Amino acid sequence: MTSLPETPTTKKLGLVIDLDICVGCHACAVNCKEWNSGGHSAPLTDFDPYGADPTGVWFNRIHTFEATDDVGNSRTVHFPRSCLHCEDAPCVTVCPTGASYKREEDGIVLVNADTCIGCKLCSWACPYGAREYDHDDGVMKKCTLCVDKIYNENLDEESRVPACVSTCPAGARHFGDLGDPESDVSKLVEARDGFELMPEQECKPTNRYLPPRPRKTAAGSTGAPSALEPQVDGGDSPFLRWVDKVLSR
Amino acid sequence: MHPAFSVIFFTTASGAGYGLITLMSILQASGILPPDPRVGWAGFGIGFTLITLGLLSSTFHLGHPERAWRAISQWRSSWLSREGLAAIVTYVPTGAYAIGWIFLDWRDDLFILTGMVGAMLCMQTVYCTAMIYASLKTIRAWANSWTVICYFSISIFTGALLMNAIASVFGYWHPAMFWITTGAIAVAGVAKMQYWRFIDRNPSESTAETATGLKGHIRLLESPHTQENYLQKEMGYKIARKHASKLRQLTIAAGFVAPILLITLANASIPATAAALSILAVPVAAIGVLIERWLFFAEAKHVVTLYYGETTA
Repeated sequence: MTSLPETPTTKKLGLVIDLDICVGCHACAVNCKEWNSGGHSAPLTDFDPYGADPTGVWFNRIHTFEATDDVGNSRTVHFPRSCLHCEDAPCVTVCPTGASYKREEDGIVLVNADTCIGCKLCSWACPYGAREYDHDDGVMKKCTLCVDKIYNENLDEESRVPACVSTCPAGARHFGDLGDPESDVSKLVEARDGFELMPEQECKPTNRYLPPRPRKTAAGSTGAPSALEPQVDGGDSPFLRWVDKVLSR
Repeated sequence: MHPAFSVIFFTTASGAGYGLITLMSILQASGILPPDPRVGWAGFGIGFTLITLGLLSSTFHLGHPERAWRAISQWRSSWLSREGLAAIVTYVPTGAYAIGWIFLDWRDDLFILTGMVGAMLCMQTVYCTAMIYASLKTIRAWANSWTVICYFSISIFTGALLMNAIASVFGYWHPAMFWITTGAIAVAGVAKMQYWRFIDRNPSESTAETATGLKGHIRLLESPHTQENYLQKEMGYKIARKHASKLRQLTIAAGFVAPILLITLANASIPATAAALSILAVPVAAIGVLIERWLFFAEAKHVVTLYYGETTA
C-alpha cells in the first residue's frame, strides 16, 4: 500500500543535524555506506569505484555551502543531506506498485526491493534528492534510518542508533523521536530554533536542522586598551628635551 | 529533467492514438464519418498500434519490466498507477467498438454508446498521463494547469491530423474535419505558447535559501562528490536558453504552422493532392510534437538542483 498511514504516526523517528557543529568530514556518509552495504538495501552498488569516473549509490551526501550576507560577511556551512522521513512523503504516494511505504509504527520510509519496478518516479517526487537509483539492481534505494541497526538487540544499547549518528566525531547528529515533545531531540530543536527544509514543498519532513549560531563580527574585549597612549616626547625637563633633540637628528 | 526517449515516445504516440480513437467515435456518432470497415481497419489499426507501442515503450525504461503488472495496484494514490489502469480498461470498450465497426456491422445505439464510453476513457487516460507530471510539486514547469491543457489539446490535434489523413485517403473527407483539425491545432498552439509564457515567469517558490535554511547569497562551495551522481544525471539536465528558444520556434513551425498550411492547401486541392498533403501533414507535425515533448522534459527544472549550485528552480 502506498497510501500514507491514515493518521499521522505518533512516533516519528528522525535525525537532528547541527549545522553549527558539522565540520564536513564525511565520516557519517562513509559509515552509512559501510553499514548499509550489508544492510536492508544492500548492496549499495558502485560503478568504476577505482577508475576515472566512479559513481555509486549513497544515502547520505555532504554538501558545503558558502552563505554571504548583504554586507559581505560570509560563512562556510557543511550540510549533510539524507532522507527526511516526511510525514506527507510524496515518494510514497506516487509509487505505482506499493513498493514504497511509510511505517505506521515509527514513520520510517522504506522501499521493498522485491516489488519495486525501478520507474524512478519517487526520485522525481522527492524535493530533497533522498532517493538514488541502483542501475545494477534496477531498483530505487534510500536511507533506512538504519532500521536494521536501531532495533538490533544483538548490539549494545548505545550502538542502536543510525550509523551516521554513532560515527559523527563532532556530535553534530542526533537521533530520536521527534513526535514526542519531551524527547531530547525535540527539546534540542525547541532550544535551538531547529527548522525544516523547503517547508513550501509541504512534505512535512521529520528531520530538523539546527542553524549555525550567529557569528561575532566585532572583536571581543580582552581587557587591553583599544590603542596605545602616545609616548611622552620629553615633557618639561630641559635635559630630556636635549636628549630628544640629539637622538632625533 | 533528463529527456528519455522512451517516455517522449510513449506520451506523444499514445496521446495521438487516443486522440484519433476519440475523434473517430465522435465523428461516427455524429454521422460525419461513415463506419466503413476500411476506415475502421486504418483508424483503429493506427490508433491501437500507437497506443500499444507507446505503452510498451514506457516499460523499457523500467529497472524491472517483468514486474510492470504490479503498477496497476496503487490507483488510490498514484497517478502513474491510475494511468496504467485507465490504459488497460480503455482497451475494453474501444476494442469492442473497433470489432463492431470492422467485423460485425454493429450499428445500433449500443454501438454508438460503446464508442462514446471508449472516447471518454481515452481522454481519461490522457488526463492521467498529464497528471503524472502535473502532480509533481518538485518541478514547477510541470506542476501547473497548462500541463494538462497541453496534453489534452496536443492529443486531440495529433489525433485529428491522423483522422483527416485517413478520411482523405478513403474519400470520406468532410468540411467539418478541416475545421475540427485547424481548430484543434490552433488551440494546441496557443496553449503551448501560454505554457511557455507561464513557465518563463513563474519559478518555483523553493530557492537555495529555503533548500538549505541558510540566509543570504548561497553558493555551493564544494560538491559532495567528484563525479555526477544519479540525481544530477536524472534531474540536473540543462538546456541552454538560446537552444531552447530555437527549439520552441521549430516546434511552432513544424508542429502548428506547417500542418495548418498543409491542410488548408489540401482543402483547396483536388482529392488526390488533398490526400497526399493531408498525409504529409502527419510526419511534419510529428517532428514538431517530438521536439515539443523533448523540451517539456529538457526545460523542466527540479528543486533538487538547488543543492547542486542552482539558486532558483
